[in-house]
Amino acid sequence: MSITEDEARKVAHLARIAVDDAALPALARELNGILHFMEQLNEVDVEGIEPMTGVTPLRLKRREDVVTTGGMPQQILSNAPDAREGFFAVPKVME
Amino acid sequence: MSELNRLTIAGARDALRKGEVTAIELTDACLSAIEDAGALNAFVHQTPDLARDMAKAADARLKTGEAAAMTGIPVGIKDVFCVKGVPAQAGSRILGGFRPEYESTVTANLWNAGAIMLGKLNQDEFAMGSTNESSCYGPAVNPWKTADGAARTPGGSSGGSAAAVAADLCLAATGTDTGGSIRQPAAFTGTVGLKPTYGRVSRWGVIAYASSLDQAGPMTKTVRDAAIMLGAMASADPQDSTCADLPVPDFEAALTGDIRGKRIGIPREYRMEGMPAEIDALWTQGAQMLRDEGAEVVEISLPHTRYALPAYYVIAPAEASSNLARYDGVRYGHRARLGQGDGITEMYEKTRAEGFGPEVQRRVMIGTYVLSAGFYDAYYNRARKVRALIKRDFDQAFAQGIDSILAPATPTAAFPLGAVSQDDPVQMYLNDVFTVTLNLAGLPGIAVPVGQDAQGLPLGLQLIGRPFEEGELLNQALVLEQAAGFVAKPDRWW
Repeated sequence: MSITEDEARKVAHLARIAVDDAALPALARELNGILHFMEQLNEVDVEGIEPMTGVTPLRLKRREDVVTTGGMPQQILSNAPDAREGFFAVPKVME
Repeated sequence: MSELNRLTIAGARDALRKGEVTAIELTDACLSAIEDAGALNAFVHQTPDLARDMAKAADARLKTGEAAAMTGIPVGIKDVFCVKGVPAQAGSRILGGFRPEYESTVTANLWNAGAIMLGKLNQDEFAMGSTNESSCYGPAVNPWKTADGAARTPGGSSGGSAAAVAADLCLAATGTDTGGSIRQPAAFTGTVGLKPTYGRVSRWGVIAYASSLDQAGPMTKTVRDAAIMLGAMASADPQDSTCADLPVPDFEAALTGDIRGKRIGIPREYRMEGMPAEIDALWTQGAQMLRDEGAEVVEISLPHTRYALPAYYVIAPAEASSNLARYDGVRYGHRARLGQGDGITEMYEKTRAEGFGPEVQRRVMIGTYVLSAGFYDAYYNRARKVRALIKRDFDQAFAQGIDSILAPATPTAAFPLGAVSQDDPVQMYLNDVFTVTLNLAGLPGIAVPVGQDAQGLPLGLQLIGRPFEEGELLNQALVLEQAAGFVAKPDRWW
Protein backbone atom coordinates (compact mmCIF):
# COMPACT_ATOMS: atom_id res chain seq x y z
CA MET A 1 0.00 0.00 0.00
CA SER A 2 1.22 3.48 -0.61
CA ILE A 3 0.00 6.92 0.35
CA THR A 4 -0.72 9.54 -2.28
CA GLU A 5 -0.52 13.28 -1.62
CA ASP A 6 -4.29 13.35 -1.37
CA GLU A 7 -4.29 10.62 1.24
CA ALA A 8 -1.54 12.41 3.16
CA ARG A 9 -3.77 15.50 3.23
CA LYS A 10 -6.65 13.38 4.49
CA VAL A 11 -4.54 11.79 7.26
CA ALA A 12 -3.25 15.20 8.36
CA HIS A 13 -6.79 16.47 8.57
CA LEU A 14 -7.96 13.41 10.53
CA ALA A 15 -5.07 14.03 12.94
CA ARG A 16 -6.03 17.74 13.09
CA ILE A 17 -2.56 18.89 12.07
CA ALA A 18 -2.33 21.71 9.51
CA VAL A 19 0.07 20.80 6.69
CA ASP A 20 0.88 23.19 3.84
CA ASP A 21 0.19 21.85 0.38
CA ALA A 22 3.86 22.38 -0.42
CA ALA A 23 4.83 19.98 2.38
CA LEU A 24 2.51 17.18 1.26
CA PRO A 25 4.90 15.41 -1.18
CA ALA A 26 7.60 15.11 1.51
CA LEU A 27 5.03 13.96 4.07
CA ALA A 28 3.67 11.31 1.72
CA ARG A 29 7.22 10.11 1.05
CA GLU A 30 8.03 9.83 4.78
CA LEU A 31 4.80 8.05 5.61
CA ASN A 32 5.41 5.64 2.74
CA GLY A 33 8.89 4.88 4.04
CA ILE A 34 7.47 3.99 7.45
CA LEU A 35 4.62 1.94 5.99
CA HIS A 36 7.07 0.06 3.80
CA PHE A 37 9.04 -0.81 6.94
CA MET A 38 5.85 -2.08 8.61
CA GLU A 39 5.05 -4.33 5.69
CA GLN A 40 7.55 -6.86 7.03
CA LEU A 41 4.72 -7.87 9.34
CA ASN A 42 3.02 -9.50 6.36
CA GLU A 43 5.67 -12.25 6.45
CA VAL A 44 4.41 -13.50 9.81
CA ASP A 45 1.86 -16.29 10.00
CA VAL A 46 -0.72 -14.92 12.43
CA GLU A 47 -3.44 -17.46 11.68
CA GLY A 48 -5.48 -18.17 14.81
CA ILE A 49 -3.57 -15.69 17.01
CA GLU A 50 -5.60 -13.38 19.22
CA PRO A 51 -4.56 -9.72 18.95
CA MET A 52 -2.89 -8.62 22.17
CA THR A 53 -4.16 -5.48 23.88
CA GLY A 54 -1.97 -5.28 26.93
CA VAL A 55 0.49 -7.40 28.82
CA THR A 56 -1.65 -8.08 31.86
CA PRO A 57 -3.84 -11.09 31.09
CA LEU A 58 -6.28 -10.21 33.84
CA ARG A 59 -9.46 -8.28 33.43
CA LEU A 60 -8.85 -4.61 34.16
CA LYS A 61 -9.53 -3.64 37.72
CA ARG A 62 -12.94 -2.10 38.32
CA ARG A 63 -13.47 0.78 40.66
CA GLU A 64 -16.59 1.69 42.52
CA ASP A 65 -18.69 4.13 40.53
CA VAL A 66 -18.58 6.94 43.05
CA VAL A 67 -17.44 10.54 43.00
CA THR A 68 -13.99 10.74 44.57
CA THR A 69 -12.86 14.24 43.67
CA GLY A 70 -14.10 17.51 42.24
CA GLY A 71 -15.10 21.00 43.28
CA MET A 72 -11.92 22.59 41.99
CA PRO A 73 -12.87 24.65 38.92
CA GLN A 74 -10.03 27.10 39.52
CA GLN A 75 -7.37 24.37 39.39
CA ILE A 76 -9.00 22.82 36.34
CA LEU A 77 -8.97 26.14 34.50
CA SER A 78 -5.62 27.39 35.77
CA ASN A 79 -3.67 26.22 32.71
CA ALA A 80 -6.22 27.14 30.05
CA PRO A 81 -5.02 29.46 27.27
CA ASP A 82 -8.40 31.21 27.42
CA ALA A 83 -10.72 30.76 30.42
CA ARG A 84 -13.61 33.09 31.15
CA GLU A 85 -16.24 33.17 33.86
CA GLY A 86 -15.46 29.64 35.00
CA PHE A 87 -15.44 28.13 31.51
CA PHE A 88 -12.95 27.17 28.80
CA ALA A 89 -13.37 29.61 25.92
CA VAL A 90 -13.10 28.51 22.27
CA PRO A 91 -13.93 30.09 18.90
CA LYS A 92 -17.57 30.05 17.95
CA VAL A 93 -18.59 26.45 17.12
CA MET A 94 -22.12 26.97 15.78
CA GLU A 95 -23.63 29.81 13.77
CA MET B 1 34.00 15.21 51.93
CA SER B 2 34.69 16.60 48.46
CA GLU B 3 32.44 16.50 45.42
CA LEU B 4 29.39 15.23 47.25
CA ASN B 5 27.44 15.18 43.98
CA ARG B 6 29.59 12.24 42.88
CA LEU B 7 28.19 10.00 45.62
CA THR B 8 25.90 7.08 44.92
CA ILE B 9 22.50 6.83 46.60
CA ALA B 10 23.79 4.06 48.87
CA GLY B 11 26.96 5.99 49.73
CA ALA B 12 25.10 9.22 50.46
CA ARG B 13 22.45 7.40 52.47
CA ASP B 14 25.07 5.90 54.76
CA ALA B 15 26.95 9.19 55.10
CA LEU B 16 23.72 11.07 55.89
CA ARG B 17 22.74 8.59 58.57
CA LYS B 18 26.15 8.74 60.17
CA GLY B 19 25.91 12.51 60.18
CA GLU B 20 29.03 12.87 58.03
CA VAL B 21 27.14 15.03 55.58
CA THR B 22 23.85 16.93 55.55
CA ALA B 23 21.12 16.89 52.93
CA ILE B 24 21.65 20.63 52.45
CA GLU B 25 25.34 20.13 51.67
CA LEU B 26 24.53 17.34 49.26
CA THR B 27 21.83 19.43 47.58
CA ASP B 28 24.06 22.49 47.28
CA ALA B 29 26.79 20.35 45.69
CA CYS B 30 24.32 19.15 43.06
CA LEU B 31 22.85 22.62 42.47
CA SER B 32 26.33 23.98 41.92
CA ALA B 33 27.22 21.12 39.54
CA ILE B 34 24.00 21.84 37.61
CA GLU B 35 24.88 25.54 37.49
CA ASP B 36 28.24 24.69 35.88
CA ALA B 37 26.84 22.20 33.39
CA GLY B 38 24.74 24.39 31.13
CA ALA B 39 26.63 22.98 28.13
CA LEU B 40 25.06 19.57 28.76
CA ASN B 41 21.53 21.01 28.52
CA ALA B 42 20.37 18.25 30.85
CA PHE B 43 18.29 20.24 33.37
CA VAL B 44 15.62 22.27 31.61
CA HIS B 45 13.67 23.55 34.61
CA GLN B 46 15.57 24.03 37.86
CA THR B 47 13.90 24.13 41.26
CA PRO B 48 16.67 25.25 43.67
CA ASP B 49 14.31 26.82 46.23
CA LEU B 50 12.15 23.72 46.37
CA ALA B 51 15.32 21.59 46.61
CA ARG B 52 16.65 23.56 49.60
CA ASP B 53 13.28 23.45 51.38
CA MET B 54 13.10 19.71 50.88
CA ALA B 55 16.72 19.33 52.02
CA LYS B 56 15.98 21.20 55.25
CA ALA B 57 13.02 18.93 55.90
CA ALA B 58 15.21 15.91 55.18
CA ASP B 59 17.87 17.07 57.62
CA ALA B 60 15.19 17.49 60.29
CA ARG B 61 13.89 14.01 59.59
CA LEU B 62 17.40 12.54 59.72
CA LYS B 63 17.90 14.10 63.15
CA THR B 64 14.87 12.23 64.48
CA GLY B 65 16.47 8.97 63.35
CA GLU B 66 13.41 8.13 61.28
CA ALA B 67 14.84 8.47 57.82
CA ALA B 68 13.09 6.73 54.90
CA ALA B 69 14.78 4.88 52.03
CA MET B 70 15.89 8.03 50.18
CA THR B 71 15.79 10.75 52.82
CA GLY B 72 18.14 13.51 51.76
CA ILE B 73 18.95 12.11 48.29
CA PRO B 74 18.79 14.79 45.53
CA VAL B 75 17.34 13.51 42.26
CA GLY B 76 16.41 14.84 38.83
CA ILE B 77 12.98 14.21 37.32
CA LYS B 78 12.34 13.64 33.63
CA ASP B 79 10.16 16.40 32.21
CA VAL B 80 7.40 13.86 31.45
CA PHE B 81 6.44 13.52 35.16
CA CYS B 82 3.95 15.95 36.68
CA VAL B 83 5.28 17.63 39.81
CA LYS B 84 2.78 20.05 41.29
CA GLY B 85 3.55 23.66 40.45
CA VAL B 86 6.69 22.87 38.40
CA PRO B 87 6.62 23.21 34.59
CA ALA B 88 6.02 19.89 32.81
CA GLN B 89 6.29 19.99 29.04
CA ALA B 90 7.46 16.49 28.11
CA GLY B 91 9.91 18.29 25.85
CA SER B 92 7.10 19.77 23.76
CA ARG B 93 6.18 23.28 22.72
CA ILE B 94 2.53 22.33 22.94
CA LEU B 95 2.78 22.17 26.74
CA GLY B 96 4.57 25.52 26.99
CA GLY B 97 3.61 27.22 30.25
CA PHE B 98 1.85 24.17 31.70
CA ARG B 99 2.20 23.83 35.46
CA PRO B 100 0.42 20.74 36.75
CA GLU B 101 -2.02 21.16 39.60
CA TYR B 102 -1.31 17.63 40.75
CA GLU B 103 1.52 15.24 41.49
CA SER B 104 2.42 12.00 39.71
CA THR B 105 2.33 8.89 41.89
CA VAL B 106 6.01 8.19 41.20
CA THR B 107 7.18 11.60 42.34
CA ALA B 108 4.80 11.58 45.32
CA ASN B 109 6.31 8.23 46.31
CA LEU B 110 9.84 9.62 45.93
CA TRP B 111 9.09 12.67 48.08
CA ASN B 112 7.45 10.43 50.68
CA ALA B 113 10.63 8.36 50.67
CA GLY B 114 12.56 11.56 51.41
CA ALA B 115 14.10 12.31 47.99
CA ILE B 116 14.87 15.92 47.01
CA MET B 117 13.70 17.52 43.75
CA LEU B 118 16.49 19.30 41.84
CA GLY B 119 14.53 20.04 38.67
CA LYS B 120 13.22 18.67 35.38
CA LEU B 121 15.35 16.83 32.85
CA ASN B 122 15.53 17.07 29.09
CA GLN B 123 13.97 14.43 26.86
CA ASP B 124 12.76 13.79 23.35
CA GLU B 125 9.36 15.35 22.74
CA PHE B 126 6.69 13.14 24.35
CA ALA B 127 9.43 10.51 24.76
CA MET B 128 9.46 9.89 21.00
CA GLY B 129 13.05 9.58 19.91
CA SER B 130 16.36 7.88 20.53
CA THR B 131 18.74 10.85 20.36
CA ASN B 132 17.16 13.64 22.43
CA GLU B 133 17.20 15.76 19.26
CA SER B 134 13.43 16.02 19.10
CA SER B 135 13.28 18.07 22.31
CA CYS B 136 11.81 21.59 22.23
CA TYR B 137 14.71 22.62 24.48
CA GLY B 138 17.36 21.41 22.02
CA PRO B 139 19.26 18.19 22.67
CA ALA B 140 20.93 17.21 25.91
CA VAL B 141 24.61 16.42 25.29
CA ASN B 142 26.45 13.29 26.34
CA PRO B 143 29.21 14.01 28.88
CA TRP B 144 31.29 11.37 27.10
CA LYS B 145 33.41 12.57 24.18
CA THR B 146 36.08 11.00 22.02
CA ALA B 147 39.30 12.44 20.58
CA ASP B 148 37.30 14.03 17.73
CA GLY B 149 35.62 16.32 20.27
CA ALA B 150 32.20 15.95 18.60
CA ALA B 151 29.12 16.53 20.76
CA ARG B 152 27.43 13.14 21.09
CA THR B 153 23.89 12.13 21.83
CA PRO B 154 23.16 10.88 25.34
CA GLY B 155 20.49 8.72 23.70
CA GLY B 156 16.79 9.09 24.14
CA SER B 157 14.25 9.62 25.09
CA SER B 158 15.53 9.91 28.70
CA GLY B 159 18.71 11.61 27.45
CA GLY B 160 18.71 14.43 29.99
CA SER B 161 18.36 11.94 32.83
CA ALA B 162 21.26 9.84 31.54
CA ALA B 163 23.51 12.85 30.94
CA ALA B 164 22.74 14.27 34.39
CA VAL B 165 23.51 11.01 36.20
CA ALA B 166 26.69 10.35 34.17
CA ALA B 167 27.94 13.89 34.82
CA ASP B 168 27.12 13.70 38.56
CA LEU B 169 24.63 16.57 38.44
CA CYS B 170 22.33 14.50 40.63
CA LEU B 171 22.64 11.22 42.49
CA ALA B 172 19.97 9.56 40.37
CA ALA B 173 17.11 10.40 38.03
CA THR B 174 13.75 9.10 36.88
CA GLY B 175 13.21 7.95 33.32
CA THR B 176 10.45 6.37 31.29
CA ASP B 177 10.83 3.55 28.80
CA THR B 178 8.35 2.86 26.00
CA GLY B 179 10.71 1.20 23.52
CA GLY B 180 14.12 1.52 25.19
CA SER B 181 14.09 5.09 26.47
CA ILE B 182 15.70 4.21 29.81
CA ARG B 183 18.07 1.43 28.73
CA GLN B 184 19.52 2.94 25.54
CA PRO B 185 20.52 6.28 27.16
CA ALA B 186 21.94 4.39 30.15
CA ALA B 187 24.08 2.30 27.80
CA PHE B 188 25.22 5.43 25.93
CA THR B 189 26.39 7.14 29.13
CA GLY B 190 27.89 4.34 31.24
CA THR B 191 25.04 4.39 33.74
CA VAL B 192 22.48 1.86 34.97
CA GLY B 193 18.91 2.01 33.67
CA LEU B 194 16.08 -0.23 34.81
CA LYS B 195 12.76 -0.63 33.03
CA PRO B 196 10.50 -2.44 35.50
CA THR B 197 7.79 -4.94 34.60
CA TYR B 198 4.77 -3.23 33.06
CA GLY B 199 2.47 -2.48 36.01
CA ARG B 200 5.18 -2.37 38.68
CA VAL B 201 5.23 1.44 38.71
CA SER B 202 2.16 3.65 38.43
CA ARG B 203 1.65 5.72 35.28
CA TRP B 204 -0.61 8.24 37.07
CA GLY B 205 0.65 11.73 36.35
CA VAL B 206 3.17 10.58 33.73
CA ILE B 207 2.43 12.31 30.44
CA ALA B 208 1.41 9.43 28.18
CA TYR B 209 3.07 8.30 24.95
CA ALA B 210 1.87 4.69 24.40
CA SER B 211 -0.11 3.52 27.40
CA SER B 212 0.29 -0.25 26.94
CA LEU B 213 4.09 0.11 26.73
CA ASP B 214 5.09 3.10 28.93
CA GLN B 215 6.82 2.28 32.20
CA ALA B 216 8.80 4.54 34.54
CA GLY B 217 12.02 3.43 36.18
CA PRO B 218 15.23 4.54 37.87
CA MET B 219 18.44 5.74 36.17
CA THR B 220 21.35 5.48 38.54
CA LYS B 221 25.12 5.15 38.95
CA THR B 222 25.01 1.59 40.29
CA VAL B 223 22.78 -1.47 40.35
CA ARG B 224 22.35 -1.15 44.13
CA ASP B 225 21.05 2.38 43.63
CA ALA B 226 18.56 1.11 41.05
CA ALA B 227 17.27 -1.38 43.62
CA ILE B 228 16.89 1.32 46.27
CA MET B 229 15.20 3.77 43.93
CA LEU B 230 12.82 1.25 42.33
CA GLY B 231 11.62 0.39 45.83
CA ALA B 232 10.89 4.07 46.42
CA MET B 233 9.14 4.61 43.05
CA ALA B 234 6.94 1.51 42.95
CA SER B 235 3.54 1.08 44.58
CA ALA B 236 0.15 -0.43 43.96
CA ASP B 237 -1.98 2.49 42.81
CA PRO B 238 -5.76 2.64 42.46
CA GLN B 239 -5.30 5.70 40.21
CA ASP B 240 -3.77 3.50 37.47
CA SER B 241 -5.91 0.50 36.63
CA THR B 242 -2.97 -1.24 34.91
CA CYS B 243 -0.77 -0.90 37.99
CA ALA B 244 -0.34 -4.31 39.62
CA ASP B 245 -1.85 -4.98 43.05
CA LEU B 246 1.36 -6.49 44.33
CA PRO B 247 3.39 -5.70 47.41
CA VAL B 248 6.71 -3.96 46.69
CA PRO B 249 9.49 -6.26 47.88
CA ASP B 250 12.79 -5.08 49.37
CA PHE B 251 14.79 -5.09 46.13
CA GLU B 252 18.04 -4.23 47.85
CA ALA B 253 17.71 -7.29 50.09
CA ALA B 254 17.65 -9.42 46.91
CA LEU B 255 21.24 -8.35 46.11
CA THR B 256 23.03 -11.41 47.43
CA GLY B 257 25.67 -11.58 44.70
CA ASP B 258 24.97 -15.28 44.31
CA ILE B 259 23.76 -16.44 40.88
CA ARG B 260 24.99 -20.03 41.05
CA GLY B 261 22.73 -22.38 39.16
CA LYS B 262 20.83 -19.63 37.37
CA ARG B 263 20.10 -20.30 33.70
CA ILE B 264 20.88 -17.35 31.47
CA GLY B 265 19.62 -17.45 27.88
CA ILE B 266 21.50 -16.04 24.90
CA PRO B 267 18.95 -15.40 22.14
CA ARG B 268 20.48 -16.32 18.80
CA GLU B 269 18.19 -13.95 16.88
CA TYR B 270 19.84 -10.95 18.59
CA ARG B 271 23.06 -11.69 16.73
CA MET B 272 22.16 -9.25 13.98
CA GLU B 273 23.80 -8.93 10.63
CA GLY B 274 26.22 -6.02 10.63
CA MET B 275 26.54 -5.94 14.41
CA PRO B 276 29.83 -4.20 15.31
CA ALA B 277 32.51 -6.67 16.42
CA GLU B 278 32.97 -4.73 19.66
CA ILE B 279 29.34 -5.23 20.68
CA ASP B 280 29.51 -8.90 19.78
CA ALA B 281 32.73 -9.35 21.78
CA LEU B 282 31.24 -7.52 24.77
CA TRP B 283 28.25 -9.82 24.70
CA THR B 284 30.50 -12.90 24.69
CA GLN B 285 32.55 -11.47 27.57
CA GLY B 286 29.40 -10.72 29.55
CA ALA B 287 28.19 -14.30 29.11
CA GLN B 288 31.58 -15.58 30.29
CA MET B 289 31.44 -13.32 33.38
CA LEU B 290 28.09 -14.80 34.37
CA ARG B 291 29.37 -18.32 33.66
CA ASP B 292 32.42 -17.65 35.86
CA GLU B 293 30.05 -16.71 38.68
CA GLY B 294 28.32 -20.06 38.46
CA ALA B 295 25.44 -19.38 36.08
CA GLU B 296 24.61 -21.77 33.29
CA VAL B 297 24.60 -19.95 29.94
CA VAL B 298 22.49 -21.54 27.23
CA GLU B 299 21.52 -20.53 23.72
CA ILE B 300 17.81 -19.90 23.24
CA SER B 301 15.57 -18.89 20.37
CA LEU B 302 13.15 -15.97 20.25
CA PRO B 303 12.02 -16.49 16.66
CA HIS B 304 9.85 -13.39 16.19
CA THR B 305 12.49 -10.90 17.33
CA ARG B 306 12.95 -9.29 13.92
CA TYR B 307 9.29 -8.34 13.77
CA ALA B 308 9.34 -6.48 17.08
CA LEU B 309 10.42 -3.15 15.59
CA PRO B 310 7.78 -2.96 12.85
CA ALA B 311 5.11 -4.13 15.34
CA TYR B 312 6.22 -1.48 17.81
CA TYR B 313 6.14 1.24 15.17
CA VAL B 314 2.50 0.40 14.45
CA ILE B 315 1.30 -0.02 18.04
CA ALA B 316 3.14 2.87 19.70
CA PRO B 317 2.06 5.51 17.14
CA ALA B 318 -1.51 4.16 17.21
CA GLU B 319 -1.66 4.64 20.97
CA ALA B 320 0.14 7.98 20.69
CA SER B 321 -2.32 9.34 18.14
CA SER B 322 -5.10 8.61 20.59
CA ASN B 323 -3.25 9.89 23.70
CA LEU B 324 -2.08 13.08 22.02
CA ALA B 325 -5.58 13.97 20.83
CA ARG B 326 -5.94 15.76 24.17
CA TYR B 327 -3.59 18.55 23.04
CA ASP B 328 -6.21 20.72 21.45
CA GLY B 329 -5.32 24.21 22.65
CA VAL B 330 -8.32 24.35 24.97
CA ARG B 331 -7.41 23.07 28.43
CA TYR B 332 -3.67 23.62 28.78
CA GLY B 333 -0.55 24.64 26.94
CA HIS B 334 -0.18 26.38 23.63
CA ARG B 335 -2.99 27.78 21.47
CA ALA B 336 -2.19 29.17 18.03
CA ARG B 337 -3.05 32.76 17.19
CA LEU B 338 -6.09 32.56 14.97
CA GLY B 339 -6.90 34.45 11.80
CA GLN B 340 -10.06 36.27 10.89
CA GLY B 341 -12.88 33.78 10.44
CA ASP B 342 -10.95 30.81 11.85
CA GLY B 343 -13.21 28.33 13.62
CA ILE B 344 -12.54 25.56 16.06
CA THR B 345 -11.13 23.14 13.45
CA GLU B 346 -8.55 25.73 12.37
CA MET B 347 -7.73 26.28 16.03
CA TYR B 348 -7.01 22.58 16.51
CA GLU B 349 -5.05 22.23 13.28
CA LYS B 350 -2.91 25.34 13.71
CA THR B 351 -2.30 24.70 17.40
CA ARG B 352 -1.13 21.15 16.77
CA ALA B 353 0.97 22.11 13.73
CA GLU B 354 2.76 24.78 15.79
CA GLY B 355 2.95 22.82 19.02
CA PHE B 356 4.13 19.40 17.85
CA GLY B 357 7.60 18.86 16.39
CA PRO B 358 8.17 16.87 13.18
CA GLU B 359 8.69 13.43 14.76
CA VAL B 360 5.59 13.73 16.94
CA GLN B 361 3.55 14.88 13.95
CA ARG B 362 4.83 11.91 11.98
CA ARG B 363 3.90 9.41 14.67
CA VAL B 364 0.49 10.95 15.29
CA MET B 365 -0.26 10.78 11.56
CA ILE B 366 1.05 7.22 11.17
CA GLY B 367 -1.04 6.22 14.18
CA THR B 368 -4.08 7.92 12.73
CA TYR B 369 -3.52 6.10 9.44
CA VAL B 370 -3.10 2.61 10.90
CA LEU B 371 -6.25 3.07 12.99
CA SER B 372 -8.33 4.46 10.14
CA ALA B 373 -11.12 2.53 8.45
CA GLY B 374 -9.76 0.03 5.94
CA PHE B 375 -6.28 -0.20 7.47
CA TYR B 376 -7.09 -1.17 11.03
CA ASP B 377 -6.94 -4.90 10.31
CA ALA B 378 -4.05 -4.76 7.88
CA TYR B 379 -1.76 -2.83 10.21
CA TYR B 380 -2.99 -2.40 13.76
CA ASN B 381 -4.60 -5.79 14.34
CA ARG B 382 -1.79 -7.59 12.55
CA ALA B 383 0.78 -5.80 14.73
CA ARG B 384 -1.14 -6.78 17.86
CA LYS B 385 -1.11 -10.41 16.75
CA VAL B 386 2.64 -10.26 16.13
CA ARG B 387 2.98 -8.73 19.59
CA ALA B 388 1.24 -11.79 21.03
CA LEU B 389 3.77 -14.01 19.23
CA ILE B 390 6.70 -11.97 20.56
CA LYS B 391 5.38 -12.35 24.09
CA ARG B 392 4.85 -16.08 23.50
CA ASP B 393 8.54 -16.42 22.49
CA PHE B 394 9.56 -15.10 25.92
CA ASP B 395 6.91 -17.15 27.76
CA GLN B 396 8.27 -20.30 26.14
CA ALA B 397 11.88 -19.46 27.02
CA PHE B 398 10.93 -18.87 30.66
CA ALA B 399 8.80 -22.05 30.70
CA GLN B 400 11.93 -23.96 29.69
CA GLY B 401 13.60 -22.84 32.89
CA ILE B 402 15.45 -19.75 31.68
CA ASP B 403 15.87 -17.27 34.56
CA SER B 404 16.96 -14.31 32.50
CA ILE B 405 18.23 -13.33 29.08
CA LEU B 406 21.48 -11.55 28.23
CA ALA B 407 21.61 -9.31 25.15
CA PRO B 408 23.30 -6.15 23.94
CA ALA B 409 21.55 -2.93 24.97
CA THR B 410 22.26 -0.98 21.79
CA PRO B 411 23.59 -1.74 18.30
CA THR B 412 26.33 0.94 18.62
CA ALA B 413 28.00 3.25 21.13
CA ALA B 414 26.80 6.87 21.40
CA PHE B 415 27.04 8.62 18.03
CA PRO B 416 27.50 12.33 17.28
CA LEU B 417 24.45 14.58 17.41
CA GLY B 418 23.18 15.07 13.87
CA ALA B 419 24.62 11.76 12.65
CA VAL B 420 21.20 10.19 12.06
CA SER B 421 19.15 12.21 9.65
CA GLN B 422 15.88 13.31 11.20
CA ASP B 423 14.39 12.91 7.71
CA ASP B 424 15.06 9.18 7.78
CA PRO B 425 12.88 8.01 10.67
CA VAL B 426 13.30 4.31 9.93
CA GLN B 427 17.09 4.62 10.32
CA MET B 428 16.53 6.21 13.74
CA TYR B 429 14.04 3.52 14.76
CA LEU B 430 16.74 0.84 14.32
CA ASN B 431 18.34 2.09 17.56
CA ASP B 432 15.59 0.35 19.47
CA VAL B 433 16.18 -3.09 17.97
CA PHE B 434 17.40 -4.77 21.19
CA THR B 435 15.20 -2.91 23.64
CA VAL B 436 11.75 -2.78 22.10
CA THR B 437 10.92 -6.49 22.46
CA LEU B 438 10.66 -6.17 26.26
CA ASN B 439 8.15 -3.38 26.14
CA LEU B 440 5.94 -5.41 23.82
CA ALA B 441 6.13 -8.35 26.23
CA GLY B 442 5.92 -6.15 29.37
CA LEU B 443 9.11 -7.62 30.85
CA PRO B 444 11.66 -5.97 33.13
CA GLY B 445 15.07 -5.16 31.67
CA ILE B 446 18.20 -3.49 32.93
CA ALA B 447 21.15 -1.94 31.11
CA VAL B 448 24.49 -2.28 32.89
CA PRO B 449 27.76 -0.66 31.77
CA VAL B 450 30.21 -3.44 30.93
CA GLY B 451 33.00 -2.00 28.80
CA GLN B 452 34.29 0.71 26.49
CA ASP B 453 34.81 0.75 22.76
CA ALA B 454 38.13 1.52 21.05
CA GLN B 455 37.35 5.25 21.29
CA GLY B 456 36.67 5.02 25.01
CA LEU B 457 32.88 5.31 24.81
CA PRO B 458 30.85 3.24 27.26
CA LEU B 459 29.04 0.09 26.11
CA GLY B 460 26.28 -1.68 27.98
CA LEU B 461 24.64 -5.06 28.13
CA GLN B 462 21.05 -5.77 28.95
CA LEU B 463 19.55 -8.41 31.19
CA ILE B 464 15.90 -9.30 30.67
CA GLY B 465 13.99 -10.86 33.54
CA ARG B 466 10.81 -12.70 34.35
CA PRO B 467 7.73 -10.57 35.04
CA PHE B 468 7.70 -9.00 38.53
CA GLU B 469 11.02 -10.59 39.44
CA GLU B 470 13.05 -7.39 39.43
CA GLY B 471 14.85 -8.47 42.62
CA GLU B 472 16.27 -11.53 40.91
CA LEU B 473 17.11 -9.47 37.82
CA LEU B 474 18.87 -6.80 39.88
CA ASN B 475 20.92 -9.47 41.63
CA GLN B 476 22.12 -10.84 38.30
CA ALA B 477 22.85 -7.30 37.14
CA LEU B 478 24.87 -6.71 40.31
CA VAL B 479 27.01 -9.76 39.56
CA LEU B 480 27.56 -8.55 35.99
CA GLU B 481 28.42 -5.05 37.26
CA GLN B 482 30.93 -6.39 39.77
CA ALA B 483 32.53 -8.77 37.29
CA ALA B 484 32.80 -6.05 34.62
CA GLY B 485 34.23 -3.56 37.11
CA PHE B 486 33.25 -0.55 35.00
CA VAL B 487 34.49 2.50 36.87
CA ALA B 488 35.35 4.91 34.04
CA LYS B 489 33.94 8.42 34.19
CA PRO B 490 33.78 11.00 31.41
CA ASP B 491 36.56 13.62 31.41
CA ARG B 492 35.03 16.89 32.42
CA TRP B 493 34.88 19.35 29.47
CA TRP B 494 31.67 21.19 30.30
